[in-house]
Amino acid sequence: MVATLTRIFGVHNLALAEDVVQDAFCRALEVWSFRGMPENPSAWLMATAKNRALDVLRRERTARAFAPELGRLLESEWTLAPVMEDLFAANAIKDDQLRMMFSCCHPRMPEEAQVAIILHILCGFSVDEVAGAFVNTHAATQKRITRAKKILAGSKRLFDVTAASEFSTRFPTVLRTLYLLFNEGYHGASPEAAVRVALCHEAMRLVSLLLDHPLGKAPVSHALVALMCLNAARLPTRIDADGDLHSLFDQDRSQWDRQLVSEGLRFLELSAAGSELTEYHIEAGIAAAHAQATRTEETDWKAIVSLYDALIALNPSPIVALNRAIAIAQNEGPERGLAEMQSIADRDRLVAYPFYSAALGELELRCGKREVAGQHFSAALALARNPMERRFLSGRIAVCERDSTP
Amino acid sequence: MSEFLFLYRGADRGGSPEQLQQRMQKWTAWMKELTTKGHMKDQGHPLERSGKVVKGKRKTVIDGPFAESKDLVGGYTLIEARDLEQAVELSKGCPIFEAESAALEVRPIMIMNI
Repeated sequence: MVATLTRIFGVHNLALAEDVVQDAFCRALEVWSFRGMPENPSAWLMATAKNRALDVLRRERTARAFAPELGRLLESEWTLAPVMEDLFAANAIKDDQLRMMFSCCHPRMPEEAQVAIILHILCGFSVDEVAGAFVNTHAATQKRITRAKKILAGSKRLFDVTAASEFSTRFPTVLRTLYLLFNEGYHGASPEAAVRVALCHEAMRLVSLLLDHPLGKAPVSHALVALMCLNAARLPTRIDADGDLHSLFDQDRSQWDRQLVSEGLRFLELSAAGSELTEYHIEAGIAAAHAQATRTEETDWKAIVSLYDALIALNPSPIVALNRAIAIAQNEGPERGLAEMQSIADRDRLVAYPFYSAALGELELRCGKREVAGQHFSAALALARNPMERRFLSGRIAVCERDSTP
Repeated sequence: MSEFLFLYRGADRGGSPEQLQQRMQKWTAWMKELTTKGHMKDQGHPLERSGKVVKGKRKTVIDGPFAESKDLVGGYTLIEARDLEQAVELSKGCPIFEAESAALEVRPIMIMNI
């Protein structure tokens, strides 16, 4: 809704658009208190917002400059109403969300701010909810969002997604931001499972907007959706009802969402259309290999190792190397895995990452060296970033101690 | 059975989305309770904050009403009850009283049975 109103008022009037939406919500709740919730609340809200926007446009026509490209059409009573009807049509709204998404991925904005502002404007997360998602304070999040809005307001109009050259320059950033949004939900630090699932779903909703766009419907977008579907299929078992983290090895695989898996595989097939091989393709391939194994032992670790090899060639990050080492341990035994871990190039960059120590612990434990394993888990525990990780690691330490005292 | 008009004055408005939603749920629940107990004649409507006031013999039209917000009528409902006493009892369940200075006015409707 904010996206559509921003299209009408112009990006520089973002605050006005937000006020109108806020107002529409307040009125809606007041009327619904008396009359009950209508059958289609979102249509009701849209209609209210449209009427409020008309009021604002009529009242402030002379005082403010609205969207420059619509300016003349909004000025005349003759064209105002029909133009507004068009702007509030369902496909126009989708289009506006897409344009807003591209506008938010402004090159002058840091990645985290892009994700935050998208959550705030396009997903309707309150400042507190955004702060919760990033495990950040209200004040810091507020500051980040305010700064992002200023940058946004400087751009005057929503990003034009029909111009192929402009589209393609910003397209990779948009994909990247949606990828981060999804990962924030999947791996992020928020202890609340509900928040994280919501983040993943929002990322999937926004990426599906891309798929409806002629320029956005590229193989790389399909790869990203495939990756999201295949990973999201595992969400229900990643964190259990008590908010406890479960590693890939002890998840109840029968609870994986089969429908998402098959959708993911279908998208993965579509993503193979081009000649371009991206990180999203490979990560989706890895997720597919996991999703297709009904038991951990049936996983095709050899294929996964070679996918990680390809991923390292594209993106030589120590975390990818760590995951590769774990896959090698699965395929060739824990000793080989440990050796791989020792030879990770930028090993020192992993020192603050709790799952590096945790992986060392896991492999030592499998080698039967419980005491060493326990030390690694303790080191990981000291680095843990949230209660969920702490509970998980404490559990692993307990396993080491229980087994070492016969 | 007699009819009564409930006039809501000075209800809470605004707040965080969560507060708004909670408030709406309470109101909806209350309205529903009155309905299932057979007291609801007409749910009525909330009212806009301001309109016009036409005043006096000369029918002067002014913007308004500019009452203090705690005195401003924010909505109305038409209730059926045995007597004034019961209507007052019914009114006590209204979520409006979560606001410090809110008031619910219970006014019997004059009906001439001919």
